[in-house]
Amino acid sequence: MQNTLDARIPSGPIEQKWDRCRFEMKLVNPANRRKHTVLIVGSGLAGAAAAATLGEQGYHVQCFSFHDTPRRAHSIAAQGGINAAKNYRNDGDSVFRLFYDTVKGGDFRAREANAYRLAQVSVNIIDQCAAQGVPFARDYGGLLETRSFGGVQVERTFYARGQTGQQLLLGAYQALERQIAAGTVIMHPRSEMLDLVVVDGKARGIVTRDLRTGAIHSHVGDVVVLATGGYSNVFYLSTNAKASNCTAIWRAYRRGALFGNPCFTQIHPTCIPQAGEYQSKLTLMSESLRNDGRIWVPKAKGDTRKANDIPDGDRDYYLERRYPSFGNLVPRDVASRAAKEVCDEGRGVGPGGHGVYLDFRTAIERLGPDNVRDKYGNLFEIYERITGDDAYQVPMRIYPAPHYTMGGLWVDYHLMSTIPGLFVGGEANFSDQGANRLGASALMQGLSDGYFILPATVPDYLARTELSRVDTSHPAFREAEEDVRQRTQALLQVDGGRTVDSFHRELGRLMWDNCGMARSDASLRRALAKIPELRDEFHKDVRVLGTEEELNQSLEKAGRVADFLELAELMCTDALHRAESCGGHFRLESQTSEGEAKRDDAGFCYVAAWEYPGPGQAAVLHKEPLTFEHVHLAQRSYK
Amino acid sequence: MKLTLKIWRQKDTTTAGRFVSYQVDGVTREMSFLEMLDVLNEVLIQRGDEPVAFEHDCREGICGSCGFLINGVPHGPRRHTTVCQLHMRFFKDGDAVTLEPWRAQAFPVVRDLVVDRSAFDRIIQAGGYISAPTGSAPDAAAVLVPKEAADTAFDAAACIGCGACVAACPNAAAMLFTAAKVTHLNVLPQGQPERDDRTLNMVAAMRREAFGSCSNHGECEAVCPKGIPLEFIAGLNRDVVRAAFHARREPLVVHGAPLRPAHEDTSMAQ
Repeated sequence: MQNTLDARIPSGPIEQKWDRCRFEMKLVNPANRRKHTVLIVGSGLAGAAAAATLGEQGYHVQCFSFHDTPRRAHSIAAQGGINAAKNYRNDGDSVFRLFYDTVKGGDFRAREANAYRLAQVSVNIIDQCAAQGVPFARDYGGLLETRSFGGVQVERTFYARGQTGQQLLLGAYQALERQIAAGTVIMHPRSEMLDLVVVDGKARGIVTRDLRTGAIHSHVGDVVVLATGGYSNVFYLSTNAKASNCTAIWRAYRRGALFGNPCFTQIHPTCIPQAGEYQSKLTLMSESLRNDGRIWVPKAKGDTRKANDIPDGDRDYYLERRYPSFGNLVPRDVASRAAKEVCDEGRGVGPGGHGVYLDFRTAIERLGPDNVRDKYGNLFEIYERITGDDAYQVPMRIYPAPHYTMGGLWVDYHLMSTIPGLFVGGEANFSDQGANRLGASALMQGLSDGYFILPATVPDYLARTELSRVDTSHPAFREAEEDVRQRTQALLQVDGGRTVDSFHRELGRLMWDNCGMARSDASLRRALAKIPELRDEFHKDVRVLGTEEELNQSLEKAGRVADFLELAELMCTDALHRAESCGGHFRLESQTSEGEAKRDDAGFCYVAAWEYPGPGQAAVLHKEPLTFEHVHLAQRSYK
Repeated sequence: MKLTLKIWRQKDTTTAGRFVSYQVDGVTREMSFLEMLDVLNEVLIQRGDEPVAFEHDCREGICGSCGFLINGVPHGPRRHTTVCQLHMRFFKDGDAVTLEPWRAQAFPVVRDLVVDRSAFDRIIQAGGYISAPTGSAPDAAAVLVPKEAADTAFDAAACIGCGACVAACPNAAAMLFTAAKVTHLNVLPQGQPERDDRTLNMVAAMRREAFGSCSNHGECEAVCPKGIPLEFIAGLNRDVVRAAFHARREPLVVHGAPLRPAHEDTSMAQ
């Protein structure tokens, strides 16, 4: 394998690359499409959209989800909105500006060609979703409403109250159900992918476990698409849904797909702080709240007065003070790091001092409570439901939490991994987002990949590739099935003394402390020493009850945590090698004299893609150099 | 605080279930109800008892995975709150709490508190969509949607498909679920071309499953965590009548649909 990766980026001006790519693609005759089987794992925005669209085109699609129905996928939880360069507001937006913001927001670690395509396609996504009946916010003239979102100075974010992800997912889910009824898509709910099958160097199938019966099944296809989401749950406490996991992409990595930028995690600035040890997850509050909420902490350390008793003169609106031109709307990474800093200084609020205030008093005075309720009502309700506090009366308390992983399987411009025939979409790929994702860009990427990119690139692969006839009796399938059985049985046979969750919590704390928002050479080496010990202990002392032939939620969790314990090591390896601060990652050894993050373009202007070398050996680094022809490398400044 | 939980334990769909009582200690006010069950499960695993199976995922009240009866009420005592967002500050030390899975013939028990809600997907398959194949859409601003229609569509589309409405209904009807999706799509300009077929096909699909009929008890609205109002059921009934009065060609052929079109099914009214 080469040490420098070819991303297959089309030549020509950036505005024409995607058009050129599409024209150069080979097509599959409509009559032949049904002869091709496409296996799609995951039914979130990327997976459901790709399954529905490829089904509409006439391919034989099989879609897999570990949920009871595709509508449960974690895309549903996204609150704030989806960006599109429509410029309906006539406020200076354009495809080029969205592209520019994405590359700059990603701290120059995204591929320019991909980010440009994403911005181009963004306008089609809104059209598609509106046609499906997604109930976007509308003004009194019946036109689409937009708002400004997370670090952006144009109003390009479309939304459906605070439930945009839900509404977009239901749109994709309904399109998928329509294809299921039409017979083009076969849906496999409660089916978890536990291995990828590679035949003659090409992805040809997957092995799944039926979560109801425990039955292990092989599925053969001409192409495999993974749209299985991100891996923030490696931190145990994150905003991800409880079942979100890395198993599908990790198993593909172990079968030869390279893993891109595994250490790139996004820490979201506006989450409800942890309340106790038993905490099972963290709840995000949409950062649209930062449009009207003001973030502050007391000026003095250890100020124990109630928030409303602290006069304005004793409050430090630290984002407005440090970043006057962006204020409370600085990008996520900047806002998160600033919150951590003031808390580390001892000025944090709430239990344990892990919190800052997000205050709506000024907005309520300016807009009136009814307008604030109209814009953010459901978010205030979520907050009240969890904390028991009324944010119309007292400021919210927020703290950063792991939210999104920009890292994922490495893919080229066609979204194909280094295993031919294995495509990866949405958060599961290493993404168009670089080292940091702008708000309202995840939904955009998931739907771009699902509705528009994969349905163009997957057929091109099918048209160009000679595929041998393979069925599940092939030795590669037998071997993968056997491997899955052995792993499952091994977990049941340990019969140790500790629960799966106790290991997961310990791993999460280790990762948050050592590979979280701020990292250092020393912290990462510490984690790299401890993770293998914890992994060994897990395989010697985990307790999983029950059998494999039944619905066994502990067994499901155990398999996922076993993979997190391997992924964590790769994340730390990647973080250790990347001795620069960039995006959400503050490397202590790499900062400016003002204490801001310092990127090292001479040393690290590339995608780090890691290859699995076999058990017990160190991962091998491959590089995809990044060049910036349109957005010139510059240190980001939001002052 | 300390609670006594009486929980329905059932190994699988075909095995008979029974209630088992457990004591759970060290519950705090800030815990969510599911976190309290996590604590119980940790204890059960430590002492070699199989943990209680319950469905959950986002724990933010939006994915619709969670839900069971708490003292006979779907999602428990708090209005507009899924069980994952129900916090223990609404319980007190010494409370006895009974947990049961959704009780409905259309939702067979899978294990313990987990049920099979795939009947909902089949209702959506019958017409719960707007046919808009990818690539065919006009510019999003080309079709104006009056704000009131957009707001009504959103209110209806807020349904999370959890099944509480069915579990609360004395007839185990799926009317609120079906009405919510029909309303979402039928009030939008984009939904008009398929309006009549959608309404009739979805109602027919609902009746093919083992759901009962609506007799206007209103229990569904009372327990709906998203506050889907009963008026949408009235709207659905109006749309059924509207569709029946419209001159129609051959009914759409829907995968698995009955041979007779829904508007000729005389048992369907209400």
